[in-house]
Amino acid sequence: MKNRYSLLDIVRHGLRHNAHWGRAWRSPEPRRAYDAVIVGAGGHGLATAYYLAREHGLRNVAVLEKGWLGGGNTARNTTIVRSNYLWDESTQLFEKSMQLWEGLSQALNYNVMFSQRGVMNLAHTLQEVRDTQRRINANRYNGVDAHWLTPAQIKALVPNINLQARYPVLGASFQPRGGVARHDAVAWGFARAADSLGVDIIENCPVTNIRLRDGAIEGVDTGKGFIATRKLGVVVAGHSSVLADMAGIRLPIESHPLQALVSEPLKPCIHTVIMSNTVHAYISQSDKGDLVIGAGIDQYLGYGQRGSYHSIEHTLQAIVEMFPSLSRVRMNRQWGGIVDVSPDASPIISRTPVKGLYFNCGWGTGGFKATPGSGWVFAHTIAHDEPHALNAPFSLDRFHTGHLIDEHGAAAVAH
Amino acid sequence: MLLIRCPWCGERAESEFSYGGEADIRRPTDTDHLSDAGWGDYLFMRRNPCGPLREQWVHAHGCRRWFTLVRDTQSYRVLDQDVVPGEARMDEEPA
Repeated sequence: MKNRYSLLDIVRHGLRHNAHWGRAWRSPEPRRAYDAVIVGAGGHGLATAYYLAREHGLRNVAVLEKGWLGGGNTARNTTIVRSNYLWDESTQLFEKSMQLWEGLSQALNYNVMFSQRGVMNLAHTLQEVRDTQRRINANRYNGVDAHWLTPAQIKALVPNINLQARYPVLGASFQPRGGVARHDAVAWGFARAADSLGVDIIENCPVTNIRLRDGAIEGVDTGKGFIATRKLGVVVAGHSSVLADMAGIRLPIESHPLQALVSEPLKPCIHTVIMSNTVHAYISQSDKGDLVIGAGIDQYLGYGQRGSYHSIEHTLQAIVEMFPSLSRVRMNRQWGGIVDVSPDASPIISRTPVKGLYFNCGWGTGGFKATPGSGWVFAHTIAHDEPHALNAPFSLDRFHTGHLIDEHGAAAVAH
Repeated sequence: MLLIRCPWCGERAESEFSYGGEADIRRPTDTDHLSDAGWGDYLFMRRNPCGPLREQWVHAHGCRRWFTLVRDTQSYRVLDQDVVPGEARMDEEPA
């Protein structure tokens, strides 16, 4: 990698008042043709381009982005990383991602601030206790770290939690390898690494039309002219249906607003990630000190990157019930992202009926954790024109065969 | 929060309503001969447009009746609405 960052670099630039750092990636004008074009320069799209270049030697690649790099859901999530899903297919996909996370900062030569502080999923009802213990067993059979915490063990890890809330906490699953990562750094790290391998990242370049010839991809019309390609990978989250419509295919995707918010910065008070499906809330504390809080999706379809107030009110009621000591903390910022929800709460990483057109969508409320793994399997799918064993179960035709991967219980609310 | 006009109860807060998704999806009638692709299309595939959408709502914490809105999914503005066929508003004389 050109301009590899090192300790010596930091010292040298520090002595020059950090005024001479070069740009981390280029801003090229698009060429007229590429071997592969990725639509969407979020974490997943940039990871796809990076692994196409690094693992498959495909370097004549462009990533097209209608806005700016990492400005969509990559910038709008709550940065939680875990792999404790219920079904084998999901666990293996998310665990692949977890393994990539564990070496990601070194691989990208960029600190993505991956912090394995653990992820705790609370159980509030007897049924949830049974379901959680079943999921822990399933995780352990798949080689994923997970164990059961009693209320006393939860209290030892999270002293300020109120276990005797309206829905008493009866226990929790805990994945110590789970945690959080710095969302912007993930996009920037992948962008810089992909760029150094020759990938062109083209911002402010919306795709306006997809051109087909004889049922195959011919290229895309963009804000910067026509770009020819035989392989088109679409990773645009909430706008997946819009792009699918351009190519004349239908997706089982519905786009909903998902809101999140952060508080003013506090001294460290929450040392792990705490999630609750029953009361629809999850919380962690960033390295900067602000509490990062997520809500459930808004009920209606929407592309407006904003949601309704009662959704965040509902979430904060649950947070304050669980953490009474936070009742007077002020919230600093609130935002919405547009999530692409699939019927079984599992992603679609797949070929399509159009030759050379690939979709990676349906991550819904839980895509951030999968960023490296998603890019890794999608790059394989695009390069070989067939899915990797890890993402073969996540193909589009499962909605015709009926082989759904129903993760609503383990994944629908909290991420 | 959306302000939604129930055809029977007038304008109410969104939290009184439940969402019913895309409208006008008809259950296939010739089910004996429907292919797997046909079933999948009916059950799962959705238009999900960025723009005007005909969608179903029910006034769950009110009169509990269904109606249809045409709403812009980008601006969230309600453009048009109608009642489900066969239902009559309270202020209308029965035909």
